[in-house]
Amino acid sequence: MYAFTYHRPDTARKAVNTATKAEDVKFLAGGMTLLPTMKQRLAAPAGLIDLSRCDDMRGIELKGRNVVIGAMTRHFDVANSELVREKIPALAELAGMIGDPAVRHRGTIGGSVANNDPAADYPSAVLALGATIITNKRKIAADDYFKGLFETALEEGELITKISFPIPAKAAYEKFRNPASRYAIVGVFVAKKGRDVRVAVTGAGSNGVFRAAKFEAALTANFRPKGLDGLTFSADGLNTDMHADAEYRAHLITVMTRRAVQKAISR
Amino acid sequence: MPKVSMTVNGQPVSANVDPRTLLVQFLRENLSLTGTHVGCDTSQCGCCVVHVNGEALKSCTALAISLEGAQVTTIEGLAQDGKLHPMQEAFRENHGLQCGFCTPGMIMTAVDMVRRSGGDLDEKTIRHELEGNICRCTGYHNIVKAIAAGAAAMAPAAE
Ligand SMILES: Cc1cc2nc3c(=O)[nH]c(=O)nc-3n(C[C@H](O)[C@H](O)[C@H](O)COP(=O)(O)OP(=O)(O)OC[C@H]3O[C@@H](n4cnc5c(N)ncnc54)[C@H](O)[C@@H]3O)c2cc1C
Ligand code: FES
Ligand code: FES
Repeated sequence: MYAFTYHRPDTARKAVNTATKAEDVKFLAGGMTLLPTMKQRLAAPAGLIDLSRCDDMRGIELKGRNVVIGAMTRHFDVANSELVREKIPALAELAGMIGDPAVRHRGTIGGSVANNDPAADYPSAVLALGATIITNKRKIAADDYFKGLFETALEEGELITKISFPIPAKAAYEKFRNPASRYAIVGVFVAKKGRDVRVAVTGAGSNGVFRAAKFEAALTANFRPKGLDGLTFSADGLNTDMHADAEYRAHLITVMTRRAVQKAISR
Repeated sequence: MPKVSMTVNGQPVSANVDPRTLLVQFLRENLSLTGTHVGCDTSQCGCCVVHVNGEALKSCTALAISLEGAQVTTIEGLAQDGKLHPMQEAFRENHGLQCGFCTPGMIMTAVDMVRRSGGDLDEKTIRHELEGNICRCTGYHNIVKAIAAGAAAMAPAAE
């Protein structure tokens, strides 16, 4: 790891101020991704802005028909939140499936969504639930936020402060995990709100998380595993790597979607 | 170099550190607490697990300076008055280690597991909770047995 200067602001506003003033700085949330990346010298920021003391970026609250989660809220806290478990159990379950207990004690929702790892879990929930990413300067709809591998709509120095999740009628997440890394080989988040069905797939796309339009249409007509009968997923644009090839991932998308739908309707 | 202060195994400690100093380096190199191991240095293996403010974390993936004011417990802090902690005793009794390299992390993870899930742990829960800890020797079987026994032995003490 190369040397860097260290800043520890105690509010989101101060964090943004520091980011505006200093050159080549990065926000440090749980550090579960950023620190390993810096050790490998794949990132070498001149400065780190540690968000761990920004208490205004932590916490979970109900606002109207939305569950609003502070960016610095850890996976552990989302997984164990009474509010999330009651209103969006699929989201609490997803958070409980991330990595291992020690990772969940540190990693944050803001860090995961800012990083947009193509195999991360949260991006599928953000996209399928139609969440809104709230930053220090604007609100970004999930459909406009994810821009590809590790790419998002965030600008230089822009800070995610909260993420607002509309409460769905039914939702579930199914993940086929890599047994070593615990990341998703394929993860599918299914959400139904009113007549609207959204299906978001992580781990599979060579361009990161995406919505499965064909499955959404079929499930809008019939929100049951049967509604997907006869449908297959094309391997075009899916990842092939040492863990799974594109055809296998395409097949997993169908299987995980069926399982997620089954789980969503049996709650 | 900025100064960092924390409490480690009940003792207040402080030092001037380069901001890139990892918690595990701080423990091993500044404090000579070499019971906490570095297996992978990439957050995968769990050899470096310690408790920070009562919760398990991987000390190879935390900056020491970030933990200003924290309460840290390492494997050296578990035994009390020359008597092994029940979880340590259970690992000894059940032959839950071979080379012992992963053991400090296994035990710290196991104690955290009991804190969160109580003393009555079934095999499935234990294996699931051990996802972040890798052992190259034992095949896990005796580790799982040791944790179940250690958890049961800890139960009366846990409130
Ligand atoms: C062993 C292991 C297993 C894992 N398994 C999984 C898994 O199964 N599924 C999964 O989804 N993830 C997994 N992860 C990743 C984990 O979820 C991380 O917590 C997450 O990717 C990053 O969150 P963080 O809080 O640690 O962010 P950091 O590592 O601190 O930051 C990540 C990036 O986001 C930026 N950033 C952080 N917060 C903000 C913010 N509020 N606004 C703007 N930018 C910000 C940082 O500058 C940095 O570029 C795993 C990690 C490890 C080490
Ligand atoms: S050394 Fe920290 S997880 Fe392996
Ligand atoms: S006992 Fe050797 S690594 Fe676990």
